[in-house]
Amino acid sequence: MKIVRIGNGQGFWGDNVDAPIALLRGGDIDYLGMDYLAEVTISIMMRQKLRDPSAGYARDFIDFIRAVLPELHQRRVRVLTNAGGLNPQACRQQIFAVARELGLSGVRVGVVEGDDLLPRLPELVARGHRFENMDTGEPIAAHLEKMSSANAYLGAEPVIEALRQDALIVLCGRVTDTALALAPLMHEHGWQPGDWDRLAAGTIAGHVIECGPQCTGGNFTRFWEVPDLWNVGYPLVEGYADGSFVVTKHPGTGGMVTVDTVAEQLLYEMGDPTTYVTPDVTADFTSIQLEQEGPDRVRVHGIRGRPKTPYLKVSASYLAGYKTTGTLTVSGPRAVEKARLCADVVWRRLERAGVIFDPAHREVEILAAGACLPGILPPPEDPPEVVLRIGVRDPDYAKVERFGKELAPLVTSGPPGVTGFAGGRPKPQRVVAYWPALLAREEVEDHLRVTVEEA
Amino acid sequence: MKVRKVPLWRIAHARSGDKGDASNVGLIADHPRFYEVLLRQVTAERVKAHFHAICRGEVERYEVPNLHALNFILHDALGGGGTESLKIDAQGKTHGQGLLLMEIEVPEELLDDD
Repeated sequence: MKIVRIGNGQGFWGDNVDAPIALLRGGDIDYLGMDYLAEVTISIMMRQKLRDPSAGYARDFIDFIRAVLPELHQRRVRVLTNAGGLNPQACRQQIFAVARELGLSGVRVGVVEGDDLLPRLPELVARGHRFENMDTGEPIAAHLEKMSSANAYLGAEPVIEALRQDALIVLCGRVTDTALALAPLMHEHGWQPGDWDRLAAGTIAGHVIECGPQCTGGNFTRFWEVPDLWNVGYPLVEGYADGSFVVTKHPGTGGMVTVDTVAEQLLYEMGDPTTYVTPDVTADFTSIQLEQEGPDRVRVHGIRGRPKTPYLKVSASYLAGYKTTGTLTVSGPRAVEKARLCADVVWRRLERAGVIFDPAHREVEILAAGACLPGILPPPEDPPEVVLRIGVRDPDYAKVERFGKELAPLVTSGPPGVTGFAGGRPKPQRVVAYWPALLAREEVEDHLRVTVEEA
Repeated sequence: MKVRKVPLWRIAHARSGDKGDASNVGLIADHPRFYEVLLRQVTAERVKAHFHAICRGEVERYEVPNLHALNFILHDALGGGGTESLKIDAQGKTHGQGLLLMEIEVPEELLDDD
């Protein structure tokens, strides 16, 4: 029986850099998925690309490729990734440069394009597409000018096309994480569009592994049961032609794969469990059956799906001002009271300087006194120390910068026992806000472009 | 029937994440025999009351019987969500742990089998 082994070596932008190499070298694997795009990443890439037309993709991915390309090439392990960001062509050229550096030839790299809608937004809006904000219902027309990125989430189809053209590496921009597992399953097992149950199964396989070790013992409630978390194995699915699959990890790694670790990940970032919508299919999570088949092996089967929707999700973003937060450590008797006094001093000194923030855009949290779960955990009576975390948000950069100057003076002009201010003044950061919307899928699908080139 | 008051973490496990300005908390019974207890006692209203200082919107509950689990959506719970939020837990990562602190009443005989 044919088994397709698919791993995920990078659950998010900033994940452990050694993990994908360990996953590649730790045993059998046919496909390796790598996720580099957080919501905010695309807008960072947009700024990089404006400064330098050859930038705009995930540079970390090139470091990974440099470390493993000969091995990928020799073992024919195929890598599927969204590392292409806003500039997958430039990313491909960089991979070709690495191949030349390493003296490799015959490296085929696919590029999927068509997710970037920013240049097309005005024309699409002019033709009547409203891009209503899914949270507020507001149409995008009045805000077109300020949009700094707009990308549609693509599904498995263009990735499969690149695999058909024998790409060793497939570079996408915005593509769903689940498509990176579904595409190889459809490609290898010959699953056809419209086979909703199998497409849902492949999608759920992708959902289980998309956050890397979150299904192999990471972030698990009963952490005390998880062995060797330091060496946690990143996940693998073994996908069968009938749509069933086994979640596992390489032998000799830490962590664990149990019905419980997999169930927690199934519910992660879940909305209505009967209706998990992706570009490829609508999956029903209430159909999933889990079975512990052996140590670190969970069999998943019984999955049902329904037809895909006529829309694709679009994530647009825009600059929504600036924010910053800073921390001060406050120690000794009456620490909570002293921390609150520090915050009050900051607001009043800013007011004296004529710098006033909307109260809704000011935040004061006393860490170690129940800041994460207020109203749930009773605050400790008199903790030996707390951390004051104080922050602001405002459209005006100068105001946010001015706020950052009010923390350090508290060491000498606040209550006693204030320390831990070594990192310099908190600097304003850009706030990138999202505009989630839906778009008729043919508007995107008619513009997809898949190219596979060889170096 | 004798019952004992215990925190949810004695009979269930959980994971939470974000969806815009809402968080989701998946709550899973440690054993299928506890699912009835979760269904009856961990209602959307109780969860809303439990997170009264965090969740400013409504709480939705979905049943996932095949995993003997419930999924809660806590609307307006992340201070604006994602990059806009100033909160330390802008992604609701701790909300699962928070739900596990809720006290529920469990029949003694269910606990005794544990």
